[in-house]
Amino acid sequence: MIQAIVFLPLIGAVIAGVISVVGAHGRNPSGDEVEHHDDVHGHGGAPVGGDASVIHNPSHEPTAHDDHGHGHGDHVSEPPAVGSRAAELITTGLLLVSAALSWFMLYDVGFAHHDVRVALFPWITSGDLQVSWTLRVDALTAVMLVVVNTVSSLVHLYSIGYMDEDPNQPRFFGYLSLFTFAMLMLVTADNLVQLFFGWEGVGLASYLLIGFWYQRPSANAAAIKAFVVNRVGDFGFALGIFAVFMLIGSTDFETIFGAAPALTGKTINLFGWHPDALTLACLLLFTGAMGKSAQFLLHTWLPDAMEGPTPVSALIHAATMVTAGVFMVARLSPLFELAPDAQAFVMFIGGTTAFFAATIGLVQNDIKRIVAYSTCSQLGYMFVAMGAGAYSVGMFHLFTHAFFKALLFLGSGSVIYAMHHEQDIRNMGGLKDRIPFTYLVMVVGTLALTGFPLTAGYFSKDAIIESAFASHNPFATYGYLATVVAAGLTSFYSWRLIFKTFHGEPHDQEHYEAAHESPLTMLVPIGLLAVGSILAGFPFKEIFTGPHGVEEFFRESVKMNPHILEDMERMPYLLGLLPTLMMVIGFAVSWLFYIRRPYLPVELANQQPLLYKFLLNKWYFDELYDVIFVRPAKWIGRFLWKVGDGKIIDGLGPDGVSARVLDVTRSAVKLQTGYLYHYAFAMLIGVAGFITWFMFGVGG
Amino acid sequence: MTTWPILSVVTFLPTVGALLVYLVRGDDKAAQRNVRWIALWTTLVTFAVSLLLVARFDPTQADFQFVEKAPWLANAITYHMGVDGISLPFVILTTALMPFCIVASWKSVKLRVGEYMMAFLILETLMVGTFSSLDLVLFYLFFEGGLIPMFLIIGIWGGPRRVYASFKFFLYTFLGSVLMLLAIMALYWNAGTTDIPTLMHAAVPRSLQIWAWLAFFASFAVKMPMWPVHTWLPDAHVEAPTAGSVILAAILLKMGGYGFLRFSLPMFPLASQYFAPLVFSLSVIAIIYTSLVALMQEDMKKLIAYSSVAHMGFVTMGIFAGTTQGVAGGVFQMISHGIVSGALFLCVGIVYDRMHTREIAAYGGLVNRMPLYALVFMVFTMANVGLPGTSGFVGEFMTLLGTFKVSLPTTVFATTGVILSAAYALWLYRKVVFGALVKPSLATIKDLTFRESLTLVPLVALTILFGVYPKPILDMSATSVQQLVNNYNTAVTAVKAAALTQ
Repeated sequence: MIQAIVFLPLIGAVIAGVISVVGAHGRNPSGDEVEHHDDVHGHGGAPVGGDASVIHNPSHEPTAHDDHGHGHGDHVSEPPAVGSRAAELITTGLLLVSAALSWFMLYDVGFAHHDVRVALFPWITSGDLQVSWTLRVDALTAVMLVVVNTVSSLVHLYSIGYMDEDPNQPRFFGYLSLFTFAMLMLVTADNLVQLFFGWEGVGLASYLLIGFWYQRPSANAAAIKAFVVNRVGDFGFALGIFAVFMLIGSTDFETIFGAAPALTGKTINLFGWHPDALTLACLLLFTGAMGKSAQFLLHTWLPDAMEGPTPVSALIHAATMVTAGVFMVARLSPLFELAPDAQAFVMFIGGTTAFFAATIGLVQNDIKRIVAYSTCSQLGYMFVAMGAGAYSVGMFHLFTHAFFKALLFLGSGSVIYAMHHEQDIRNMGGLKDRIPFTYLVMVVGTLALTGFPLTAGYFSKDAIIESAFASHNPFATYGYLATVVAAGLTSFYSWRLIFKTFHGEPHDQEHYEAAHESPLTMLVPIGLLAVGSILAGFPFKEIFTGPHGVEEFFRESVKMNPHILEDMERMPYLLGLLPTLMMVIGFAVSWLFYIRRPYLPVELANQQPLLYKFLLNKWYFDELYDVIFVRPAKWIGRFLWKVGDGKIIDGLGPDGVSARVLDVTRSAVKLQTGYLYHYAFAMLIGVAGFITWFMFGVGG
Repeated sequence: MTTWPILSVVTFLPTVGALLVYLVRGDDKAAQRNVRWIALWTTLVTFAVSLLLVARFDPTQADFQFVEKAPWLANAITYHMGVDGISLPFVILTTALMPFCIVASWKSVKLRVGEYMMAFLILETLMVGTFSSLDLVLFYLFFEGGLIPMFLIIGIWGGPRRVYASFKFFLYTFLGSVLMLLAIMALYWNAGTTDIPTLMHAAVPRSLQIWAWLAFFASFAVKMPMWPVHTWLPDAHVEAPTAGSVILAAILLKMGGYGFLRFSLPMFPLASQYFAPLVFSLSVIAIIYTSLVALMQEDMKKLIAYSSVAHMGFVTMGIFAGTTQGVAGGVFQMISHGIVSGALFLCVGIVYDRMHTREIAAYGGLVNRMPLYALVFMVFTMANVGLPGTSGFVGEFMTLLGTFKVSLPTTVFATTGVILSAAYALWLYRKVVFGALVKPSLATIKDLTFRESLTLVPLVALTILFGVYPKPILDMSATSVQQLVNNYNTAVTAVKAAALTQ
């Protein structure tokens, strides 16, 4: 069954890919001759189809946001690719099957305790390095399977509506399914190398999807940025794998976890410095998680990734791929539990990100970027739980967050769709009457995100804050304070988004009047996610946060800090109310700012221009990295090329020598094309001389 | 078991083809067509025969197989051929890639087709001979002889600066080969034979090891090429015709790595161990330095050439780590790079044939008109980046993993290559393939033809196959690699033990 769950999306991806390639190839003729542009029109033999698209392409200038254009009379829409419908139905259908099977698997593994381990075939075998393709399902994986496949199938369904006017639907659906496959390989990995395969595979899919509208320069730039920043994380991840292999001699999880306790206290020699081996390995592996989950310092790619189509943001950059880092730490919990210093770092980074991303979210104006920073911040929450050793609690938030964040993204997509690809919330307003269903579900998502009592987010978020309070991590207090403050900030920016988008006066009358509710294929998925955002909390509370429930459900799949769950229950009652209080304050301030006294935020921004600019420009991380990494790399590259290779190596070596040789030969013979034969000839003479020497001089 | 000399047949069959080509008279259209077909069939038959080698090869044996030995020159020099698990993959790589080169030159070469094809066929003989000769002199002949056809290919069918490029090529390789020749003589004086299997088991005194190692190193490092003797490569690539670049990147560069595996490590283990830190440093410099340089290139071929130097850095690092994974990874990386870089040069050749420029700035938005090309190019770009699931990953991963336990700093610095390679490869792809198609010169560019797809699709399949299931290559070389590593370690530990007892 697990083979079906994992490989059905791959089959879908391949079919959609074939449809896409065949269709695209059909529209673009092949040939290795090129006519010059200026004589195309006078050229009788030029194919008509070719001509048409030549003229069409430049007019397709992709400066605007994606080219849906409902009702815009001036817009000439490219016809959809052949087989779009087939590609949509096949990929979505396969995904729905896969999702249904995943839910069954969750029951079978989590409650009936039928863990699965299927060895497929060997991958890399060399000496003691034995890596194979193996699918492993335990409770931790089962949770991820459900999250990934549920959200993915709903996003597939939603995309049928959202992408209906895009001419490249088969390609889009192929990428989506390819992503899902890679993500499933990631969560079912049984060894570090396969985890890395899925890890980079989702990176590839993310790259392709962010750059889906490849005609837009900003999309291309964002795609490359995402890939390269993730590679910085993967640099650490790869070194972590090497370190683990050196210490243990295997990359299989079971072997690693079995051998790890014996390694405590062992050190590695790194440039004469002797850090604890396990701590170092965990920190290196966590670097990978920081990249993938867009944590502080490696977060810069995530907001830019919003260049991709909105369903992609919901699936990859909210619900699934970015949580891979959290999953990885949970998967490797037996290692992290042995490396308290690494855990401290995890909590520090998590707390910092939770707070830092929330502050940026306060002032952003792009609806998707607000949600993106919110995602970044919520991922920070999950890492706080990981640092506290409360892995199941972090997984709980991952689980609930997948529903309400996907909902918020898809809801934003519905708003964007209704507004004809307007993403700036300053140009919205009053939309609640035009798109009431979208408004309703967005409010549900916001309630869940801000932790309104009894919604899904309430249970998981409060549990994280409690775990930070209860843990004995050196950064426990820091993590606790950061998450509590961030809870208030979250509430503020979430309601700000709702108020500015749906309440008040419309700022763009034309868009406002044309706004309309999205088609059913989009509303059904967001409706289902809204239900999930409420129901994913309470029913699952016991298995994720109850001491007995966790033991019964997760069993060996994560290694919890032994006391954390009991300690969480001893939280002082009043302190437990603090996050809820913060939520209320955030809501109240937001209401005051954007409903009651809308002039206040402007005044505040004018009073504190430095702070405002600092936040608006995202703490200047992009500029900072540009100055300390990008420019020096380019400068050094050019320097090494022109001076290193050109002046020094070539100048002293071949050019210098050959200049002398040329001087000599020029005066001797007229250099013509035949000069090469001279060398060839000289070579042969040399070889002949050598053989002669051997035959008569030595051998004879 | 072998009743007929398969290895010699594989080696010299292309020469027979070259003779046939020579016999075709005239330079009209019909003659050119005949020449092309003769060349293609020769390479295809050679490839088919070489597959017999694979079928009959016993991967559990570490010794040389298909051995042929005949007295040749004087008493000392024999015609001694044979392959083991390390050389066989390279033989197959050579025979497998040749048909692609012929097909890739089908239309782009219009001048002196006969001579061109002859040069390629003779080059094939010399390359296969290099990988399968078991006598130093024979090896030297093949190894150096291979330069002649390559000179001609660059010099006659090359680009505008071919004079400069071939000068550089000549100067570098000439210096290396002279030194290697001296080392071969020294080895002969020491052991009284030029037989490679015998020399591999002969103990060479430490002082001679050092000098001989350096001399061989000079030759192989240039071939590889390693930093700082790499600057001939970008120029040679830029000027060479497409198929020439493919052979250069895919096979000629591998002769250096093969030389390290066949001579340096087994014959001079002490010197190899002594110089390993030097090789590590040069490899790391190569990886970082050339990657940074690649980032700034304006010429597609130059960018790929620089990235080749970086990828070869992983190979030298892995080989001199002297661990099973390092050496096996080095072999695998070379095979994988042969496929991937060859394919990348084919990709460049395809747009060059259409537009007659390799300038990155002259392109942009090709995906709009060439979707198939975009897909194929994407696969090879990702393989170049080392994405898991492509063959590029396996070699890189194994060499780094194998080096980690030997030298941690080397691995740390070398691993930064994964970041830089992503940066330059994706940048190239973005500039050439992505974006809007606005340049008027590109407006009528057309997608891959059937002939071009024929050259690329099999390589796509191999790239992904070996990325997901690298076992065929790893198994083929495993026993020989293991023996090499064991001998190396034995030699090194023996000396250490001796030093301790003193």
